[in-house]
Amino acid sequence: MKTPTTALGRRARGVVLAVVLAALLLAGIILSSMLGQLAIAPTEVIGSIVRALGIPNGWAPTDPVVESSLWAVRFPRVVMGLAVGAALAVGGAVMQAIFGNPLAEPGIVGVSSGAALGAAAGIVLGVSALGAGTIATFAFVGGLLATLLVYAVSRANGRTEVVTLILTGIAVNAFAGAGLAFLVFVADSGSREQIVFWQLGSLGGSRWAEVLVVGIVTVVGAVIAVLLGRQYDLLALGERNARHLGVNVEMLRVGSIIVVALLTGAAVAFVGIISFVGLVVPHVIRMIIGPAHRPLIIASAFGGGALMVFADLLARTVVTGADLPIGLLTSLVGGPFFFFLLFRQRRRSGGWA
Amino acid sequence: MSAAMVQVGALSARGVGVELDGATVLDDVTLDVLAGEVLVIVGPNGAGKSTLLSVLTGERRPTTGVIELDGRDLHSIPQKELARLRSVLTQENTVSFPFLVSEVVAMGRAPWAHTIEGRDDVHAVLDALDATDVRHLATRRYTSLSGGEKARVSLARVLAQHTPIVFLDEPTAALDLRHQEDVMRLGRRMADEGRAVVIVVHDLSLAAAYADRLAIIAGGRLEAVGAPAVVLTEERVERVYGLPVSLHLVNGRPVIVPER
Repeated sequence: MKTPTTALGRRARGVVLAVVLAALLLAGIILSSMLGQLAIAPTEVIGSIVRALGIPNGWAPTDPVVESSLWAVRFPRVVMGLAVGAALAVGGAVMQAIFGNPLAEPGIVGVSSGAALGAAAGIVLGVSALGAGTIATFAFVGGLLATLLVYAVSRANGRTEVVTLILTGIAVNAFAGAGLAFLVFVADSGSREQIVFWQLGSLGGSRWAEVLVVGIVTVVGAVIAVLLGRQYDLLALGERNARHLGVNVEMLRVGSIIVVALLTGAAVAFVGIISFVGLVVPHVIRMIIGPAHRPLIIASAFGGGALMVFADLLARTVVTGADLPIGLLTSLVGGPFFFFLLFRQRRRSGGWA
Repeated sequence: MSAAMVQVGALSARGVGVELDGATVLDDVTLDVLAGEVLVIVGPNGAGKSTLLSVLTGERRPTTGVIELDGRDLHSIPQKELARLRSVLTQENTVSFPFLVSEVVAMGRAPWAHTIEGRDDVHAVLDALDATDVRHLATRRYTSLSGGEKARVSLARVLAQHTPIVFLDEPTAALDLRHQEDVMRLGRRMADEGRAVVIVVHDLSLAAAYADRLAIIAGGRLEAVGAPAVVLTEERVERVYGLPVSLHLVNGRPVIVPER
């Protein structure tokens, strides 16, 4: 795909992208709600939603089994997918902005595994008795610590070189991996199962209470990211130039790191590690509408949501009667994509700069 | 260039010194930057030019001394406001993502967002693109440009910022002969409009041709400051640069040629 070379071309593509994303989202939501062990007609899906909005209609399902499987199983799962996908994609876009590097991604640099380590520590310590939000808090703290570590270690002159970023990611992932392994080792079999689940990632068994937490964090984080969008544009000029243009760079960076940790922590806390969404989505969108951050972040949120809903649909339908881990699917696609980006960037800049 | 601009009288450095890791990089520099004037700073590599510039722009807080802008301590001015008072062209101008040239230049307008002057954005950007001869590049991706083109686009961004004080750190380094002259002429023109223009260059003859005042920095100290014809002498250039030179006058301006 060729990057458009005029501002007008980018705007026209933006409109097309918005329409396509909206269509994809809608199709994804309806398809996901229809398909599964119990097949539900699309009219019933729409009817049920319309009825929940307070409008009685003829399409609404009369069978209570259909109604309850929609509202207790499918819808929370779909909304969780939307929220998690949006959170990861926005987190990726923000991370790329503050690292000044298009290859930064919560999974690659180890923020996700830091969050997973935090969540696992929470599970083993048995803090979940304190409420649904507690493990999410642990995941957030783990993610925040990992982000701060990467940030402190890998930056030089306001930018992060690819090699440094990847190597830092390897180190953080290794450390978090060791921590996870240790926790698996000391945990009882119940906790062990839960931890293994983190590492695979799945939207299965999402509950409304969890969806609510992730949804709120995602919306808040995404809104903050959009508001900071203009400043991210200036940051692309380099730290000094941004400062000369009136940006408080340190405040922007610290605030953004907290946003990334929140988004990643919330996403990982309930559904486990889902890699590469934060890399692939902003990248593809940048290719279509250019790098300006406000539209990029908005489109990434919707693109991430759509991608996640379809990935989850695939995960639970590709093998009959089995629920594949969604993290496995995204990595299967994201791994080669990452490889392609590395290759392209290396060829373009003539080195690992 | 549009008319509305904050007027600034003078930026004054008083006894400014900077220590880095225990070494004195800048020592007791007293220098005024005046509206309507081109001040060119020259000096050997590592003499402290960049440090002086970073102190004058408010980027670095001096270890000793003060910088005042019309009597106000420069460091008491909020970053947002400072961005409307002075613009800086840095030596390093990489852009992390493939923004279009027009987008990069428009970023120079950021400090004026939500102000009355912000209504002039389109004009300011187009004027800047014209002034630096890059309008034909407007729809290209910045990351695809050559070094010299990037330098001119970055200069356009600084012009678009439309500030009464303009700092240019080696704006001619990557440019061909004609564009070097263009940039210096542009500096001249901005000063004639009433702005204060500070330029760091290495080419002494180029500096002498366009400077109202020339400041020579050597070993962290202000060696001399004044009219180019007064400040530039064979003896001084030889001593500061450690290289024998001969000085010629062309149109009343000194031209320095190394003895070869």
